[in-house]
Amino acid sequence: MRNAFADEMTRICAANQRPVLLSGDIGNKLFDKLKAAAPDQFLNCGVAEANMIGVAAGLAMSGFRPFAYTIVPFITTRVLEQIRVDLCYHNVPATVVGVGGGLSYAALGPTHHALEDIAFLRVLPNMSVLCPGDALEVRACLKAAMLHDGPLYIRLGKKGEPVVHQSEPVVGIGGSLTVRRGSDCTILAVGNLLPEAMRAAELLAEQKVGTTVVSLVSVKPLDGEMLERNFASRNLVVSLEEHSVAGGAGSAILEWISDHNPSAMAKFMRIATPDAFYTQSGKQSYARQQLGLDSISVARKIADRLGRKLAA
Amino acid sequence: MNMTQIEQIARELRGTVIELTHQAKPAHLASALSCIDILAVLYWSVLNIDPAKPLAEDRDRFILSKGHAALALYSVLAKRGFCSNEILQTFNNNGGKLAEHPGPQCIPGVEAATGSLGHGLPIGNGLALASRLSGRNNRVFVLLSDGECNEGSVWEAAMFAGKQKLSNLCAIVDFNKWQATGRSQEILALDPLPDKWQAFGWETVRLDGHDVRKLDATLADMPRRSGKPLAIIADTIKGKGVSFMEDDNNWHYRVPTAEEVVAAKRELGLV
Repeated sequence: MRNAFADEMTRICAANQRPVLLSGDIGNKLFDKLKAAAPDQFLNCGVAEANMIGVAAGLAMSGFRPFAYTIVPFITTRVLEQIRVDLCYHNVPATVVGVGGGLSYAALGPTHHALEDIAFLRVLPNMSVLCPGDALEVRACLKAAMLHDGPLYIRLGKKGEPVVHQSEPVVGIGGSLTVRRGSDCTILAVGNLLPEAMRAAELLAEQKVGTTVVSLVSVKPLDGEMLERNFASRNLVVSLEEHSVAGGAGSAILEWISDHNPSAMAKFMRIATPDAFYTQSGKQSYARQQLGLDSISVARKIADRLGRKLAA
Repeated sequence: MNMTQIEQIARELRGTVIELTHQAKPAHLASALSCIDILAVLYWSVLNIDPAKPLAEDRDRFILSKGHAALALYSVLAKRGFCSNEILQTFNNNGGKLAEHPGPQCIPGVEAATGSLGHGLPIGNGLALASRLSGRNNRVFVLLSDGECNEGSVWEAAMFAGKQKLSNLCAIVDFNKWQATGRSQEILALDPLPDKWQAFGWETVRLDGHDVRKLDATLADMPRRSGKPLAIIADTIKGKGVSFMEDDNNWHYRVPTAEEVVAAKRELGLV
């Protein structure tokens, strides 16, 4: 996703003078092409994220389209008040882009884990939250950002994730993408867990469990029509996110159920990380296994809930 | 407009701020009084602004980063013609537009919502940078309090402006030597304030923040030939203009009685 982000930003900046990429001193060489194509539209703001968000606000107030980019915890929780006041209260078209969503940087420890960011950002008035599921969705989200007139958060994974889509989809604020269809259950996959959801669906298919997989690109606002449709036609709807069970996309869907469709509660299940710091060392794939977010664990939880057995 | 007229405007603004504080009972009267002369010089002599075109792209920008002095800004904007006196009189009323800290575009002329300290200078950086990128070269003035310089984001912003050589950006520190609960020099290690700004890459000028002529000469000289952003450390007196309020930090929160309003206006030559 990271490389797609840099490449798409280069295209966007080369074609338009309004976007400006602000970086918190990360991405060494990642933005070399952008710097060559549009030197005035890249600014290394240093390890000074509070100022970077204010700079983004000032640029956006003046007609520019800033994208403020660094690792998720440093561009979200560290500067939450700047995002709240400078971007959301002023309701300016500035995009906060976090790299390393969820446990992308599992090996770097909890300072670099991103398991609370959706919770913090989605409660801010005027803020929208997009979680692209693969590199092609990243490109679509950036195009949507250029058309959006308010503050936006885009949560990226890292680099080298599997690409799920065959071609670039069209999706924007409030949108979702159905990437696989099945009639028994639906997995609402958030961001970088989309590939795990697709593999879980394949495992379930082997047990004759038909699984729809939706990339829940827009966590705020939610795609209400898609939720209505899936709750009406499936036995089970599962939210799957590399984020804390407290306050994330699953919580947002619980709020939607409470407000719009209380009877859907019995059909809903959340799969998320516990409300705890994850303190083991090791890779993202290992962390996912430990926390039950890998495809086998996900398929097993769904099969159990549906009263089916998954092959060992 | 000559400086004698601006001094008279500043006296009248002080009277308005004192009356409205009595009427609407907000805190921060003394904080508003300490920056009145700076605002008067900016709005009646320095800023390239037009109340009839409050969103003109090439206008100079002013951000009241010390948002708790909102009443001073509202009084200035009303007197300068950005909003009516009727709207000013609704300050702090139920259901009104003018809260104790300014909201975004709550009335024409308010460039940024402030109240949480340490936000104005980073936003000012963005405005100054946008001005440069778009080739407009309008100027950006940000007024901070000395207590506000406790905030780390101020120094992040100072480093950024120094690095980017934002010569169209001016930070004015209303250096009244007080913050909410005590002397600003004693609460954190603020001293030596001008040297700090200089060390962060700014051209620094220290002056009497109630001397409208010195303020005018310095503020009008923007952008700077040095190619650096300009920091003005303005020595001011909290509660300036009223003998029984000057340098008395009780007036950070106190509201004047009807008798005190009359006494203050008498000192200001307004009755």
